[in-house]
Amino acid sequence: MNTDEVIQIKEKSFSFTDTVAAVGGIDVSFCYQCGKCATGCPLVHEMDLTPTQLIHAVQLGLKDTVYNSKTMWLCASCLTCSTRCPQKVDIAEVMDTVKILIQREKKKATVPSVLKFSKSFIDNLKLFGRLYELGMIAELKLRTLNFTQDLAMGIKMLKKHKFNLFPGISGSREVRKILSQVRKQEKA
Amino acid sequence: MKYAYYPGCSLHSTGKEFDSSLKAVCNAMDIDLVEINKWVCCGSTAAHNVSRLMATALPMANLMLLQDMNLNEVIVPCAECFSKFKIAQHNVKTDKKLKREVIKAIHNDCNEDAKIIHPLSIFSEEPLLSTIPTLVKRDLSGLKVACYYGCLLTRPPEVTEFDIAEYPVTMDNVLRAAGISTVDWSHKTICCGASFALSKPDIVVNLSHNIIEDAKSAGADAIAVACPMCHANLDTRQDDMEKKFGTHPQMPILYFTQLMGYSFDISPAILMLNKHLTDAESLFEQISQHV
Ligand code: SF4
Ligand code: SF4
Repeated sequence: MNTDEVIQIKEKSFSFTDTVAAVGGIDVSFCYQCGKCATGCPLVHEMDLTPTQLIHAVQLGLKDTVYNSKTMWLCASCLTCSTRCPQKVDIAEVMDTVKILIQREKKKATVPSVLKFSKSFIDNLKLFGRLYELGMIAELKLRTLNFTQDLAMGIKMLKKHKFNLFPGISGSREVRKILSQVRKQEKA
Repeated sequence: MKYAYYPGCSLHSTGKEFDSSLKAVCNAMDIDLVEINKWVCCGSTAAHNVSRLMATALPMANLMLLQDMNLNEVIVPCAECFSKFKIAQHNVKTDKKLKREVIKAIHNDCNEDAKIIHPLSIFSEEPLLSTIPTLVKRDLSGLKVACYYGCLLTRPPEVTEFDIAEYPVTMDNVLRAAGISTVDWSHKTICCGASFALSKPDIVVNLSHNIIEDAKSAGADAIAVACPMCHANLDTRQDDMEKKFGTHPQMPILYFTQLMGYSFDISPAILMLNKHLTDAESLFEQISQHV
């Protein structure tokens, strides 16, 4: 059911709309539903709610409608919407913020492969400091259990020596330090 | 001219040819690139999905490394990294609370005035724009190229401070200075599917196919890019496009620096023209006349 639920962050209570504002720094109340963000979005045909509808749902505090939507997971962060919005609403940042809130509240991602990709990427950074693509791909394959997808392309890329076969570890300690500090601060 | 250089992860692996061709072109123009020691990943397409603080802290940690080099201008060729650096710097300048958190997270101050530069910006300005034609040794005027800028160089314009967001011309100007013809077309800044490369490849195949088809109908022989992710999506997905749409696009996808380098007569081995999955070498066979 859709309700304007109260959410706890840092011992304060916020409504869903205010939470989006507090975490992402965006005030969706400026949106006057002109529809321009939906018109220019290259992924709108894949989404269940258009970006305009998603912003409307956030305005109304319809947390469940937003969380159950696939829209933010199918946003490619191309920033066309944020660039064109006549009201300067950073729609792409709203998409990111909703994804972050879903993870913080340990709710389900409606398009799991997208979240799995981000997680594999960050895990890889913790290990190596820089992205080690082969390692990340291997981990992503384990997370998604989809080993055959893109196999032919991967082999072609290997033949062209596109990948480094071994990872470097430059700066990995530094990255681990930053990431664990970030986690600490976000829990505080 | 001397700049700090942040190659980013892709230019050390799947985008090696961008790194190698950029260095060669800069060398020809007397630009000294000093790679930042111990740079780390900028967070790229993943960090912003997970944490705003993480996505801001990683680029800012890299910018602080500039201070040890006594340089405050950094060349960032990968459009994805460029965007992440610009956005992070913009965010700490405009959000004081976030800035405090970043300082805590990286145990260091924030370098708010480091100048983050995309190579296209300096190539398209004087004195380099006038230097380019003096270095041209091969006549590539028979080649028609569609310049693809993608999403992240131009958007949002108040943050990236790069050209006109809806119809950029910087890369066109640079390639034209190198004697290459560029076409007018409508997909210059339309998304290729970006980071869905591995998580939702079906989306990438569709969007990238639209881009290639539009370049074709504008009469382009090749597409020039400035982003390793755009390159990967447009280049490596052409077999999948054939499976889905029936014909293989056979569209060579090149970094703009490879095209510049070829016109400067830099060797194909240094430019790594053989690295692409879709053949790009035969493109030059017919037209590579020396001037
Ligand atoms: S473009 Fe801006 S004002 Fe228009 S519907 Fe989208 S968010 Fe609202
Ligand atoms: S940033 Fe996301 S929502 Fe906005 S136009 Fe691009 S894909 Fe659509």
